[in-house]
Amino acid sequence: MTSSIPLSHFLTVSAMLFCIALAGIFINRKNVIILLMSIELMLLAVNTNFIAFSRYLGDASGQVFVFFILTVAAAEAAIGLAILVVLFRSRGTINVEELDSLKG
Amino acid sequence: MIESFADLAPILPELILLAFIILVMLTDLYVDERRRGILHGISIVGLVLTGVACIRGFEAGQSTEILGGLMVRDSIGDLLKVFILMITAIVLTYAKHSLRTHKLFVGEFYLLVLFAVLGMFLLVSSTNFIMLYLGLELLALSGYALVALDRDSPIASEAAMKYFVVGAIASGLLLYGMSILYGISGSLQIDEIATAVAYGQSKAVLAFALTFVIVGLAFKFGAVPFHMWIPDVYHGAPTASTVFIATAPKIAAIGMAYRLLPGALPSLSADWTEILALLALLSLLLGNFAAIAQTNLKRMLAYSTISHVGFLFLALLGGTADGYAAATFYALTYALMTAGAFGVIIALSRQGFAADQIDDYKGLNQRHPWLAFIMLLLMASLAGIPPLVGFFSKLLVLQNAVLAGYLWLAVVAAVCAVIGAFYYLRVIKVMYFDAPTREIEYSAPGDLKFVLGLNGLAQIALGLGWGPLVALCLLAWR
Repeated sequence: MTSSIPLSHFLTVSAMLFCIALAGIFINRKNVIILLMSIELMLLAVNTNFIAFSRYLGDASGQVFVFFILTVAAAEAAIGLAILVVLFRSRGTINVEELDSLKG
Repeated sequence: MIESFADLAPILPELILLAFIILVMLTDLYVDERRRGILHGISIVGLVLTGVACIRGFEAGQSTEILGGLMVRDSIGDLLKVFILMITAIVLTYAKHSLRTHKLFVGEFYLLVLFAVLGMFLLVSSTNFIMLYLGLELLALSGYALVALDRDSPIASEAAMKYFVVGAIASGLLLYGMSILYGISGSLQIDEIATAVAYGQSKAVLAFALTFVIVGLAFKFGAVPFHMWIPDVYHGAPTASTVFIATAPKIAAIGMAYRLLPGALPSLSADWTEILALLALLSLLLGNFAAIAQTNLKRMLAYSTISHVGFLFLALLGGTADGYAAATFYALTYALMTAGAFGVIIALSRQGFAADQIDDYKGLNQRHPWLAFIMLLLMASLAGIPPLVGFFSKLLVLQNAVLAGYLWLAVVAAVCAVIGAFYYLRVIKVMYFDAPTREIEYSAPGDLKFVLGLNGLAQIALGLGWGPLVALCLLAWR
């Protein structure tokens, strides 16, 4: 069962996911949708961490937290996509590089 | 656990606020466009009643666990909540006029603001990471929608997108830090984490978790180098939303910092004091220097906010009760001054004219001396000129920095305050010594004029009589 896979493996996977998400946000210069996907990936990396710790510690509260994070992530995605629609309607683009009218 | 309704008494403020949120939502469904002003009235009544419930339960030093330890009712939370409610009530009065003139007067605005206030309530009284996160997200999600309220404006939607992405990264980083702390301590309860962290844990792992938590916190405050969203959001968002986002959440952020740093990680105080000192230094320098170059008043106030966050962090160094009391006082006065400055922008703006360029204020004294005088008080108070209240709040904060052993930082902060005075005084110079270039219309409704007047005069009143308010802050934090 899970005991054959040590905790550190799960933590490494989640750290890698987290880094991929961060790289996706900071390297991406093209599409805002990729930003939203990266944000989602970041939260999933955190969830992996919580689940792994929860299983390892034998404590259910980490899994409860994961349910809340998933719910909030859904709400966040809804608002993010709504803003994206508004953005596209008023600007006609969702290219990250063209979002530069505010600066200084 | 909840055994009877009497156990719910400590969360009466939150329940009242929630009831009024539902009332606003339902009223908005049935009221027609011309009579929508009633929503404003309901919201104000809701804020006042919630405030009464907070004050009635206020007792220094008490602390009652609620909802099985998810939240706590204590004097710290009550104080911050009352301040948040006061600022929100002022903000709503200013926002009403701005929403009307820009044809944005919709029920959703009141709904979002009240939900954000509820989020701040949960945030400042949370004793569990789940509640803290939920409060934070309720505040943040309402904030994103508030910025995007003017959906036909290209700059508002761009600002909303930037705010959303930065905010989501911040909560992702904070959560990652929380997950490591959970792994170390095996609990999500803040006091249990504090106990677990204090006893023999690997310093490197703790420092790793702490870094993520502080980065998340710094994003929410808007401290350099996590400040990028502030100028864009202040500039792009409708002024009605800006004035809210710029003020009340800063007070709530103190509660969040308190629960996370001295609350959950007291044994690491030397580490986080060092990080906070560095963030404070960067915020003070960048905020003040970048503000000098601005021609847009909203953008200038955004950089001014960043420098004020630098001052605020000085009060958080060391994590003492006196320091947090000074921080609360600072955040309240900052919120009053900034709300007032945005109030003046709103008072002068009208359809198709945002009044957000500093040049728009040329010769304001010749046209509307009273309004110019209020703006003079607000700007001088932001700059920290005695006898206005901005001076005393800075004094308390600097005192805390010196007590925490950061004399050099206090000196830097004092120098930065002098540099900062330049751009505040420039606004005063433009109003008083430049010739007006155009007709300036000042046709704000009576309630806005009244509250704005009080807000300006409060700078003198609090500056001369700051003792009782500081005593109240100290009483609540000790």
